[in-house]
Amino acid sequence: MAQTTFVKEISQAMARAMRADERVIVLGEDVAEGGPYQATLGLSEEFGRDRVLNTPISEGAVCGVAIGAAQAGLIPVVEIMFIDFITLALDQLVNQAAKAHFMSGGQLSVPMVLRTQGGSGGRAAAQHSQSLEAWLTHIPGLKVVMPSSAADAAGLLASAIADPNPVVFVENKSLYFRREEAAGDPDGEREPIPLGRAHVVRRGRDVTIVAQGRLVGDALDAAERLAADGIDAEVIDPRTLMPLDLDTIADSLRRTGRAVVAHEAVRTGGFGAELAAQLQDAAFDYLEAPIQRVGAPFTPVPLSPTLEDAYRPDGDDVYAAAKLAVEWADVVEPVTISERPD
Amino acid sequence: MARRSRAPGAALDKSAARALLTTMWRIRCFEERVAQLYRTLQVHGLIHLSIGSEGVAATVCGHLRDDDAVYSGHRAHGHALAKGAPMNETMAELMGRSAGLCRGLGGSMHLVDTAHGLMGATGVVGGNLPMAAGDALKSKVDGSDRVSVVFFGDGAVQAGHFHETVNLAALWELPLIFICENNGMAEFTPRSAHTRVASVCDVVAPYGFECRIVDGSDVAALWSTAGEFVEAARAGNGPLLLECGTHRFRGHYEGDQQAYREALEESEEAKLDPIVGLERLAVTKRWLRKADARAIEAAARAEVEDAVAFGRDSQPLSAGEAAEFVYAETAE
Repeated sequence: MAQTTFVKEISQAMARAMRADERVIVLGEDVAEGGPYQATLGLSEEFGRDRVLNTPISEGAVCGVAIGAAQAGLIPVVEIMFIDFITLALDQLVNQAAKAHFMSGGQLSVPMVLRTQGGSGGRAAAQHSQSLEAWLTHIPGLKVVMPSSAADAAGLLASAIADPNPVVFVENKSLYFRREEAAGDPDGEREPIPLGRAHVVRRGRDVTIVAQGRLVGDALDAAERLAADGIDAEVIDPRTLMPLDLDTIADSLRRTGRAVVAHEAVRTGGFGAELAAQLQDAAFDYLEAPIQRVGAPFTPVPLSPTLEDAYRPDGDDVYAAAKLAVEWADVVEPVTISERPD
Repeated sequence: MARRSRAPGAALDKSAARALLTTMWRIRCFEERVAQLYRTLQVHGLIHLSIGSEGVAATVCGHLRDDDAVYSGHRAHGHALAKGAPMNETMAELMGRSAGLCRGLGGSMHLVDTAHGLMGATGVVGGNLPMAAGDALKSKVDGSDRVSVVFFGDGAVQAGHFHETVNLAALWELPLIFICENNGMAEFTPRSAHTRVASVCDVVAPYGFECRIVDGSDVAALWSTAGEFVEAARAGNGPLLLECGTHRFRGHYEGDQQAYREALEESEEAKLDPIVGLERLAVTKRWLRKADARAIEAAARAEVEDAVAFGRDSQPLSAGEAAEFVYAETAE
């Protein structure tokens, strides 16, 4: 089969959307030149610079322009080059885009996509390596998408562009140039993947691993190692954090009784914490062990390669967490009520 | 050097004066009543009145079409009414009722009426500026002659969004008109405490687009300048900036004790009041008699009472109904 990459699928998904609907425009820093990761490569050549707009380094205003254009009837796909810079656009995203439909009593809608990328591993230190998606899931009115593969990226981006709400599309830079099997003709059509539907990537009976973005691949690696230990892991990629397909994940947990939630973001206050809480609400009686969380330590991303490698959550962390969940009863002494301190 | 737009705006005449006076009295009576209703907790939220700057809202919006867009800020009542938002639904919105413009979910600082091109108002100072530029970008992409207008105070000029938006609007030559209501106060402190730049026009001068200072209580001057600016933007000669010197008759918000400034003498207030000025001009020009002005005022007061009754007849949405508005429905 032919091969493809994440960035190629992203740029082609935008091109398809722009061909199908002239309301779709792309704007952001250097997008007409393809951008630093070539995610918008070829768009300005095909669609012209009236629809592929380079912008100054003004993230707040550029996000606001996208919102105003969306409210006026365009479908902007705006790129924030690094998710770290989304901080500069948060007033527009959180106070304006997320609330426009609600506060106008349904008169306004904001059909825009904010594409951005995060993640560590680039030796780029703490201002170009963060995973900030959990912040965005805290805001009613935003949708948050996190593709984990090239195959999913195209279908999810198509749905995000078609959605009448502001969608933040969080890519991971370490997935960009990984070669993957194409989901069909490398230059052909892609089926849209609906937002709010999780993907069961691997079936298993013993433990449910819910992994986001880059950690999906790591979770699959961990599942192979667990299999060698006789542990049959199910791996689920939520694909979209908001809306969240809790049903698929909770159903899995009811079958396995054990869960690991894994992401690259800092563990404290990460989306895994929310997921663990929702799973506990949905399936407390089925739990055989506490839900295990995998995430980064509570420090900024360090520069030094040895430090950064140690910092990044990976398959080893997922493997260890799944082992602990499965072996919980064997490794942790049960406490009876009478032994509890006052 | 700022480039000059060519044709001077049409001078104020009898019919325009009468229409403007009607709009200004509707805004004035609406806001005076809102101040009363606020004290008895019948309208909710943080209430910022525009009394003293009705002339700006009336003259600018008086030159706009329904499909031209207006973005406003936290002091939005006047802009909304002048742009055509129905008074009943506007009052009901301030009262938090389901019959309100925004179903009672937005309130005073977030009035929206898309049917009349009121595309948004925001409580975050300066937040409306880039959205208005986005609206103008739509016109540019379409090649349409629609005009986008954004109202803001001089306090917003010190916000980053202002500079980013002015730069983008100039760079892309957007059909956008910046209307600064410079009342000399940013919340509780005077402009001199916020910046060393004398005027807003001085701030944007290097961008080279048309900007002008006008007396915000001089309705005749506002009318002709606003007309000229709207025509220029419609012809593709945007962006432009109009800096209107106004006086904020009320506090920053209702309930503000204003310990930070001296009250004006009544005679000074009258000089700054655009309604007083317009009535005097209209009577002098024999466009209307004093009795006509009183009839316009009385009709506005009656309309406001009807609006209050309209609001009281409506109930707030239920929590479940409100939650339906968080997301726009996705097509299957």
